[in-house]
Amino acid sequence: MSTSVLPEPSAALATGDAIVEVVDVSLSFGGVTGLAGVDLGQRRGEILAVIGPNGAGKTSLFNCLTGVYTPQSGSIVFRGANGHETQVIGRKPHVVNHLGIARTFQTSRLFNALTAFENVKIGVESRQHTGPVGAMLRLPRTRREERDSDARSTELLDFVGLRARANELASALPYGDRRRLEIARALGTAPELLLLDEPAAGTNPSEKVELAALIRRVNADMGVSVLLIEHDMRLVMSLAHRIVVLNFGRVIAAGTPEEIQRNPAVIEAYLGTTEGEREASGGSEGPGAGAGTDPGAGGEER
Amino acid sequence: MSAAATDRVLFVRGLRTNTDARRLFACLVGGLVLALMTGPSGSASAPTSGFTGSILNPRVFGFLGFGAAIWLLMTVRHRFGDRIRAASDRVQAGPRRLFPDRRVRYGIYVVVLAIAIVYPMHLSSFWQEVLVDQVGVYVLLAVGLNVVVGYAGLLDLGYIAFYAIGAYSAAYWTGALPIHPFVHLNPFWAIPFAILAATLAGVILGAPTLRLRGDYLAIVTLGFGEIIQIVATNLTGVTGGAQGVIGIPHFSIHLFGIRYAWGINNLPYYYLLLGFVVLVLVLFRSLESSRVGRFWTAIREDEVAAEASGINVLKYKVMAFAIGASTSGFAGMLTASKIAFVEPGDFTVQLSILILVLVIFGGMGSLPGAVVGAAVLQWAPWYLREHPVLGFQQQDIYIYLGALLVVMMIFRPEGMIPSRRRKREIGLAEHGVGHADALSGTGSGPVA
Repeated sequence: MSTSVLPEPSAALATGDAIVEVVDVSLSFGGVTGLAGVDLGQRRGEILAVIGPNGAGKTSLFNCLTGVYTPQSGSIVFRGANGHETQVIGRKPHVVNHLGIARTFQTSRLFNALTAFENVKIGVESRQHTGPVGAMLRLPRTRREERDSDARSTELLDFVGLRARANELASALPYGDRRRLEIARALGTAPELLLLDEPAAGTNPSEKVELAALIRRVNADMGVSVLLIEHDMRLVMSLAHRIVVLNFGRVIAAGTPEEIQRNPAVIEAYLGTTEGEREASGGSEGPGAGAGTDPGAGGEER
Repeated sequence: MSAAATDRVLFVRGLRTNTDARRLFACLVGGLVLALMTGPSGSASAPTSGFTGSILNPRVFGFLGFGAAIWLLMTVRHRFGDRIRAASDRVQAGPRRLFPDRRVRYGIYVVVLAIAIVYPMHLSSFWQEVLVDQVGVYVLLAVGLNVVVGYAGLLDLGYIAFYAIGAYSAAYWTGALPIHPFVHLNPFWAIPFAILAATLAGVILGAPTLRLRGDYLAIVTLGFGEIIQIVATNLTGVTGGAQGVIGIPHFSIHLFGIRYAWGINNLPYYYLLLGFVVLVLVLFRSLESSRVGRFWTAIREDEVAAEASGINVLKYKVMAFAIGASTSGFAGMLTASKIAFVEPGDFTVQLSILILVLVIFGGMGSLPGAVVGAAVLQWAPWYLREHPVLGFQQQDIYIYLGALLVVMMIFRPEGMIPSRRRKREIGLAEHGVGHADALSGTGSGPVA
């Protein structure tokens, strides 16, 4: 398969200061090491991909970045558009979300008994202020906020291409739509940084193309920085401005897609000693091509 | 082998192999147990009278018939369940409500309200009292607990404690307690204070315990209910102790030249209560369809995703808990003033459970459900007391409620008038979707 189905990465946006800086973050679970001194910096406006074999600590890193886990040491500083720098570690997930970091989950976690529209609306409404009294009495502000969130939710559903399915239950949506709905819900919270945990897992090739285009639009049109965990190497290589490679809880390489593809440590981590066999079986586009359409393949090939 | 023994073997083998027969057997045994439990007790002079009076008595056929009816329901459901479910799925995929037209819905509300206004005028004073003390107050209580249990999905087993707090607040502010406030208030002015006291108690109890997992909340609230009752019994200098407090004034208006006092007649109280219930229903209806109501659903569905979407889960849980508490306090305040008497014996754990049963029966998370559930279950025992069926005795009510709840959980776990969201959740759970536990879903394991 050629890479032409996916758009070429545009490096134009990857400028500006760091939006998030992870310094020497270590996390362990009762002696099992999750992260061992991870350093990582993302520039504002950048699409940064985190790759690595299964168990490398990618999702742990996400959970540290969103306040779900508290690392034992290190620092994670988020720098908002207003210039405020905030330590993420020790803050609760909803507080982190309010700072401007939104996320999706590896296995999508939608509110299944609610419609697609309501799912997005909940994200949008988390930035509103109506309290219980205002809600009970339907005060003018409540009604105004209700109109605003309705409009914004419709816009976002339109943006991810789900407007026609607005009134369907989240549980009734096909897999690819669920992924996009989760992105819409996250965008509803007006994030500056969007964390996507394997957004393409389990989607078919045509859905992958759409998803890549969507992520690119999120980045370019909405100006949202994207931090991406993904196993699909063609997607990563075509989408990411920069790539960070994790293995055994450590950063083993960082750089542009081209640099990563040539990096011996990465090739070793992904392909181990079977590099020759992989290439012989048809993968001729570097480490990425082999892991192609099979999510999670990287880990099993170690 | 004798014929009888062969029969017995065949019977046992039939039970083992034939599911329908096994179910029928279980249902009939259930009916017999119910008959035995609700029958007369034996005595020393006639030790078998409990048995003969309940089992060897024509009434047993009623219970057996009841068991057989349940079995029939189960069998129909078992045989045709898939087809029924498919049909109901189609209905759900189509119009989203039973009465999609807003005008039709409002029309129904108006008719129900009109009946609620006119009908009690023609009732005897006994039934009017049942309507106020047993139905009206419990509707209010059920609607309040519905916010906690139905909307936010929190199990509150000490709900009646807030009712007690509301009642004692009413007694305090109207000057009926041994300790006196600096100014004695008319019961109407005491309402906000009673609600405030109950809300505060809800926040103080909820803020620390709602951080914990759901099970702990149930235990803590259960304990809190007991504590309140014991404190009310033993703090004689403040609460009047086990004898209770008397002399809480009735409601009265003396404003702009209008003078009216709610005396010992039930009908005026009924209308006052009806007004308050309608007000609370309108407010909660708005709340349910607002941002706050949606957040509660989100928290109930997936707490982790809710937090990740920027919802302060603890804040909204405490909010639901406190709103429930305030409604309970309001109901307690109204009762105290109506009956003019408060005693600690009114606030038993059993009552908390009863209100929970009303909500579950009606349909968790559904306002019409809470109203109808409370109205039906609170009215039925009194009706059956006056028109006994199968030797119904009122003290057996909890046995029947227990049986009813078991049957409900099998056939209609979503309640009589389920909320749309709840019904979908239960439907999804039956298909194995949804409600992942705690954090496990955020990654493929702790070191993912």
